[in-house]
Amino acid sequence: MEDLKKILMEHPFFKGLDEEYSSLIVGCASNIRADAGKMILREGEEANHFYLIRSGKVTLQLMTPNKGHVIIETLNEGDILGWSWLVPPYMWHFDAKASELTRMIALDGKCLRNKCENDHHLGYELLKRFADIMTKRLESTRLQLLDIYGDRS
Amino acid sequence: MKIFIFERPELDNLIAVLKRRGFKVIGPTVSDSAIIYDELTDGGSLPIGWTDEQSNAAYHLKRREDAAVFAWAVGPQSWKKFLFPPIQKLFATHRITKGLDLQNSKKQAPEESQPVKYAFFGVRSCELSAIAIQDKVFLSGPFVDPLYQRKRTGVFIVAINCGQAGGTCFCESMNTGPRAINGFDLALTEVLNDKRHYFIAEAGSVMGEDILKNIKCTKAAEEDLETVKNITEQTKAQIHRSIDTTDLKNILYQSPEHPRWERTAAICLTCANCTMVCPTCFCATVEDVTDLAGKQADRIRKWDSCFTLDFSYIHGGSVRTSAKSRYRQWMTHKLASWVDQFGTSGCVGCGRCITWCPVGIDITEEARAIRENQP
Amino acid sequence: MATAPDLQSLKVDYKRNPMLPWPFQIRRVKHETEDTFTVELQPQGDLEEFAFLPGQFNMIYVFGVGEIPISISGDPANSRTLVHTTRAVGSVTKAMDKMRRGDILGIRGPYGTPWPIEKAAGKDVVFVAGGIGLAPLRPALYEVVAHRERYGKVVLLYGTRTPTDVLFRQELEHWRARFDLEIYVTVDRAMSGWRGNVGVVTNLISRAPFDPRNTMAFVCGPEVMMRYTSMELHKRGVDNEHIFVSMERNMKCAIGLCGHCQFGSVFVCKDGPVFRYSQIKDMLVKWEI
Repeated sequence: MEDLKKILMEHPFFKGLDEEYSSLIVGCASNIRADAGKMILREGEEANHFYLIRSGKVTLQLMTPNKGHVIIETLNEGDILGWSWLVPPYMWHFDAKASELTRMIALDGKCLRNKCENDHHLGYELLKRFADIMTKRLESTRLQLLDIYGDRS
Repeated sequence: MKIFIFERPELDNLIAVLKRRGFKVIGPTVSDSAIIYDELTDGGSLPIGWTDEQSNAAYHLKRREDAAVFAWAVGPQSWKKFLFPPIQKLFATHRITKGLDLQNSKKQAPEESQPVKYAFFGVRSCELSAIAIQDKVFLSGPFVDPLYQRKRTGVFIVAINCGQAGGTCFCESMNTGPRAINGFDLALTEVLNDKRHYFIAEAGSVMGEDILKNIKCTKAAEEDLETVKNITEQTKAQIHRSIDTTDLKNILYQSPEHPRWERTAAICLTCANCTMVCPTCFCATVEDVTDLAGKQADRIRKWDSCFTLDFSYIHGGSVRTSAKSRYRQWMTHKLASWVDQFGTSGCVGCGRCITWCPVGIDITEEARAIRENQP
Repeated sequence: MATAPDLQSLKVDYKRNPMLPWPFQIRRVKHETEDTFTVELQPQGDLEEFAFLPGQFNMIYVFGVGEIPISISGDPANSRTLVHTTRAVGSVTKAMDKMRRGDILGIRGPYGTPWPIEKAAGKDVVFVAGGIGLAPLRPALYEVVAHRERYGKVVLLYGTRTPTDVLFRQELEHWRARFDLEIYVTVDRAMSGWRGNVGVVTNLISRAPFDPRNTMAFVCGPEVMMRYTSMELHKRGVDNEHIFVSMERNMKCAIGLCGHCQFGSVFVCKDGPVFRYSQIKDMLVKWEI
């Protein structure tokens, strides 16, 4: 448990959180492992967890009717997977699959969500951190959208 | 500098002498209601007794009451018409059995077979500066334009000091006139009064002196130099436009989003007239043309203008699509970038762009508006 | 210790007319990806070698069709074969795409400023390539690999559209197999079989193994990509003076006389195409310059 606490609190995402919350976070955390090919989350399912990737590689995918599974992003060591647990309707909008043996820390989003409803300060701290991730993802996605290589490269 | 005097009839002899020496004499002549530059048959081709009225988007020739030869200001053409022709074949390639004959020395550089020696007759001071500016562009970079070099070498220049200012010119503020200082073989000043019609000729080169020996002329006196000074000072006083060039480069560099550009772009037709009449504009494009059989391909160089939509085209689209960006490019290049590129302003104050702009945009007004409304 | 190259000594001598192309014969046309191909050329006539510096380009002339600037993409150590890689997007490149071994192309060059590789001696070297931008960087890669001991860490970050658009795949795999080169490839999107990275190339920068305080970065790709990449490199701590990009503009003469390639007050053909990022970064964000 101590080991988990250290890993979590030193991660850039959780850094700076008040001491009283760290035990709470750790209480919602567990080590998990996904073998290569394992689906970690599926589009349409309830989003109750989020993950901190400790090692390995996770692909975010979308199933399309004519092209099959299209990979839209790969996440690596140190990345956070999943934020839909924090915003309604609390549902995954894509699939995530471990493309190689991946070790992660899973955090009980449902539990944390309820705590946030009661403690708005905690909610604000978590939402702030997720806003940062979402912004970076949005910027990257927009660059991907531009399809720069097809046009004028 | 040696100074001489000759009477009016000798002007025609001067042309004849140059022709006899093998020069193709190019000078001003009236054509299509304007004074343009073309080959002079003899002194009779000159625009004797003509003057012009120029203003924003306006040019009119008017008959004078006297027989002054050079009492007018620059017209739509400049000497770049000859040194840097609007259309010029660069080379021709031929398909041969082994592929392509690109380096065939006999058929390349078509100009080489008939080298022409030009004499430019009647070059204004601003035009001398313009020629010097184009010399820098074409001859002083890492690559020399051999066609320009060939045409430029050996050009005999007879400059003319302006006896009156044009309606749109502003050479004084651009430091390019009205008096011709250097860059000529001969600089003439026309003097016409009730009693006499004569020319004061300053010899700017040994060849200039030499040519003068073939016409009837006498040595000038101190007061003749005074006359030149007085006439050109008088011309200066008639100039009513100007550009303040103090730190203009930086002002323009820091003004790409100045609101003035929008206002002017709304009026500008991007017709490219200004770039065609401007004596320093040098942009060109190339065209590859084949014959029907596909056996020969010529590459032709043509004048181009940064005002055209596809001037800045790179696969996908043009970089400068808006009229604003194109007007801004032209003016910023002319008055600012040129300084960093070639060491001087690109503008000589000849006023042609003001006269020949169909909507009368005045570069001196534009420069003033941008300078005066800095945030 | 590598010294700055002498550009003057490299110019093919066109004493008579720098507008006149020299004939080169096509020895091979290789199709790299769906829209990209490579031509390997040999000089004809009494020209036996063609020397150039990484980052330079030639004007390539197709009989009767036209002439366009294309970066040289071959190994500078091999001066007997001239290599160009390009996408077939316009009339000239499409005509080139249909040409075969034995056909003649006209070449003028080499022109332009090279990648200042000698400045990277003793430092980490980061190459960031986007799409076809890998082609003008490849000669620099060859040069660095050939003198590997001069540099610290050597990293290539390469982004392209999809896995089928990965250029020079075999070469990249060959380089990746070395222990002293770090090659990271990412694509904008992929089908589920792709084992590599998906995402924009800028995402690779924060994680790449180099010391930003002692790095030279060479960036080449679409202008948008170079803008974001340079900002990201700078965010990571690389000095703007140590980031170099390769610009592209319309060119008709490539010798500073036609005026088309002006970018602000610089001519891309003779003051570039390689520019220090600090010199042009303000112009990059201005519209329609």
